[in-house]
Amino acid sequence: MSTKNLAHSNVIANNSMHSEYIHKNIGVIKVFGFWIYLMSDCILFATLFATYAVLVNGIADGPSGKDIFDLQFVLTETLLLLFSSITYSIVMLGINNGYKNQVQIFLAFTFIFGLGFIAMEIFEFHSLLAKGYGPDRSAFLSSLFTLVVTHGIHVSAGLIWIIIMIIQVMRSGLNPINQTRLTCLSLFWHFLDLVWICVFTIVYLLGFM
Amino acid sequence: MPDTTDHSGISHGSLKSNLIGLILSIILTVIPFAMVMRNTSSHAIIFIMVIVSAIIQIIVHLFYFLHINNLSEARWNLVTFLFTILIISIIIVGSIWIMYNLNINMIPSY
Repeated sequence: MSTKNLAHSNVIANNSMHSEYIHKNIGVIKVFGFWIYLMSDCILFATLFATYAVLVNGIADGPSGKDIFDLQFVLTETLLLLFSSITYSIVMLGINNGYKNQVQIFLAFTFIFGLGFIAMEIFEFHSLLAKGYGPDRSAFLSSLFTLVVTHGIHVSAGLIWIIIMIIQVMRSGLNPINQTRLTCLSLFWHFLDLVWICVFTIVYLLGFM
Repeated sequence: MPDTTDHSGISHGSLKSNLIGLILSIILTVIPFAMVMRNTSSHAIIFIMVIVSAIIQIIVHLFYFLHINNLSEARWNLVTFLFTILIISIIIVGSIWIMYNLNINMIPSY
């Protein structure tokens, strides 16, 4: 065969192989796509952190970080989120082994820990608002609320997603589509814990010093 | 540490690697909190310890929970993550530097 024919038949072979490759690996491709989304979310949080860093000393006539942060409280919040990450790791191990009950139970545990985290955060911000220390009081408080609440909204969206996945697994079991979705949720959930490390370090710990 | 890969492309650790990650994370959380709350060292030392603990804990999370390593399955995840870190660095350092300079140089003279 001439090289031209060879190249042509290669192209044909590659076309059908290509769609077959996509079909077989759609899970991998979707998870990588979700990872790219998470990277853009990282940049979003980075801009919020940059804004906070610029405005942290703009306390106007309001309180500074030292006045309003309760570190014991934040430590408890942090450990709740950390434990929720671990329970989700056990969900992933359950998927690997095909243990549907393990997946459901530990999805529920993850939800409970995450809900505890959000409840504590709502309590903290409600008490700030009640004292008149809302996001309208000073630049510092404005950037604080924006950063922390954005993280909280992400966690809340994750909680809704967990509920949906519990229902989906109940109805359809651990099929490949649910496995892909649970993998994406795993990336999402661990990423939120990662962002929280930055939040409690830069906002609460450094703000208290 | 044993890693398994399934068809969703992300390698998953064993229970052991997740437990190691948890214990390291707890330690790296409690240390900075304790140092700030007790305030027994100098300001500079506490500052450095807090930052270093955060960086190490982030790496622990990436390695033990998100399984970002240089194996062939996760390599593009690592590449895109490093690129993101580059963009984040430019944004954060740039913002702080520029705004600090503006703050200093734009003091109005009444």
